[in-house]
Amino acid sequence: MGGIWVVGEVDGAGALTKLSCEAATAARFLGDAAKIDVRGVVAAAEPDAAAASMAAFLPVVTAVRAPETLERPVAAVVAARVAALAAAAAEPPAYVVVGASPDGRDLAGALAAFLGVGVLVGATGLAWADAADGLPAGPRVEMQPFGGRVVTTSAFTGERGIILLRPNMVAAEPLAAPGRVEAGATPDVVDPAPVRVVERVVTQSTGPAIEDARVIVAGGRGVGGPDGFSGLADVAALLGGAVGATRAAVDAGWVDYAIQIGQTGKTVKPAVYLAFGVSGAIQHKVGMQTSEIIVAVNRDPDAPIGEFADLFVVADLTAVVPALASALRARAGVEL
Amino acid sequence: MRIVVLVKPVPDPGEERLGADGRLDRSVSAVINGNDEYVLEAALQLVDANGGDVTLLSMAPAGITDPIRKALAMGATRAVLVSDPALVGSCALSTAQVLAAALQTLEYDLVLVGADTSDGGGGVVGAAVATLLGHPYLSRARKIEPVEGGVRVESLSAAGHDVLEAALPAVVAGTQLLGEPRYPTLRGIMGARSKDIAIRTLAEIGLADRPVGGAHATTTLLDARPPASRGSMRVVRGVDSAAAAAAIVDFLAERRAI
Repeated sequence: MGGIWVVGEVDGAGALTKLSCEAATAARFLGDAAKIDVRGVVAAAEPDAAAASMAAFLPVVTAVRAPETLERPVAAVVAARVAALAAAAAEPPAYVVVGASPDGRDLAGALAAFLGVGVLVGATGLAWADAADGLPAGPRVEMQPFGGRVVTTSAFTGERGIILLRPNMVAAEPLAAPGRVEAGATPDVVDPAPVRVVERVVTQSTGPAIEDARVIVAGGRGVGGPDGFSGLADVAALLGGAVGATRAAVDAGWVDYAIQIGQTGKTVKPAVYLAFGVSGAIQHKVGMQTSEIIVAVNRDPDAPIGEFADLFVVADLTAVVPALASALRARAGVEL
Repeated sequence: MRIVVLVKPVPDPGEERLGADGRLDRSVSAVINGNDEYVLEAALQLVDANGGDVTLLSMAPAGITDPIRKALAMGATRAVLVSDPALVGSCALSTAQVLAAALQTLEYDLVLVGADTSDGGGGVVGAAVATLLGHPYLSRARKIEPVEGGVRVESLSAAGHDVLEAALPAVVAGTQLLGEPRYPTLRGIMGARSKDIAIRTLAEIGLADRPVGGAHATTTLLDARPPASRGSMRVVRGVDSAAAAAAIVDFLAERRAI
């Protein structure tokens, strides 16, 4: 049987993403359980630094030099190269693990078409199982569809497939001794139809990405306006976290869509989710309800978020937010 | 501009449940997937401004036409529904293969898809369809506009957005930022009753005896269960702001979160 390949994602600065470290770790554990080889693949214009980072987690990482990605969106460039590498390999991969970032999803869709294999999206856990009930030995993939209202286990019907792993499901764990990087050749790349990148516009400061944040301080309609969100930003800064928002706050123009959490925004799973003035409508709930700890502050004692918060504080957030910032400052002072 | 919008009927969000067979219970009232409505709105605006028509393409059981009818009432010209008993239990790869084959029976310049689906879809079908057809794929669109011989898309990136251009035909995946979908007007609802929903079988899109559908699914659901309980919950009320803040700090400290 072929092994497991993990596709590493490179950020704008050429570094390996945190999610790729998690995917590499999850795949290595899976490979250990299955006693099959696991290797990383990094395809980028300058892949060496990211490939070296990935080798901290995997015994072998193949670095593939891709053309400048200004010619194409990144996911298409990478998918074509992983497919070419698989076609040229003595033993093509049985399974491919990809982080479920926006580019990761595009990559998985394209790769599924290139390789003709299935995809399991949004994995929250991976385990290896022996052949049973007509299924071959292979990964058993836990997922939490409908915003975590159901937990499911799925498998591939054959001995091939692509797994999209959600962020923050596995803690990245380096090998005792790092692996090696080898250069990969992809002589027969069939690039997808061209998409020209006319311009890359940078508008956001690069704070902790909301998907990676350990703490999220989220605001909804009850926050009342942009000023209210600057109070939430204070609390987020004190906790080393990021600010998030509901769709109502985004639609009101108070904050950017990039931090919207929920059905049509991001799905997050931070260690702590502090929700201020968030009603907890299902469209928001599906994006955050698997957070480890949920604390909600809302004036309305009947707000739906009270039904799934670990701590529900019925109070006026306009007074609680500054009080919380003071309390956190005082605590930081005490601990210094 | 001839636009095809891929639409998926999904259970009303919040009402989803699994049937006894472990599959999604499709008897729950179905709606058009929320993200598909944004791209439908974008398609209607493109056609309003530049001429052309909008065809809805869906793969679903033949009985589920109410959501399709609603999308027609919003202003789409016609609908094609690929429906075949063999498709029950299809995987994402099969879905992409079926939609790609159905597209080959249609004439179009642009294919629009929603970012993902609320019934557990991970947003991989659009990229797979584009790759199968050899079309350019432009994702995370917040703005779509025609340019000479092609399409220009503002695509959300981690740092802001990229301006992308591609020749037609192309596949574009859109986001909520394309704009609020319109409500059907009374006239639209009346008009939709006489619009054509063409039902197509696998044979009619050239996939008879091909390895697609439930029997050839690449993935299978083994088990579904409710999530572990969140444990005990605590409510604090009727205290002043300092006490409320202290309660939050204490709780986080107790749970070793700070």
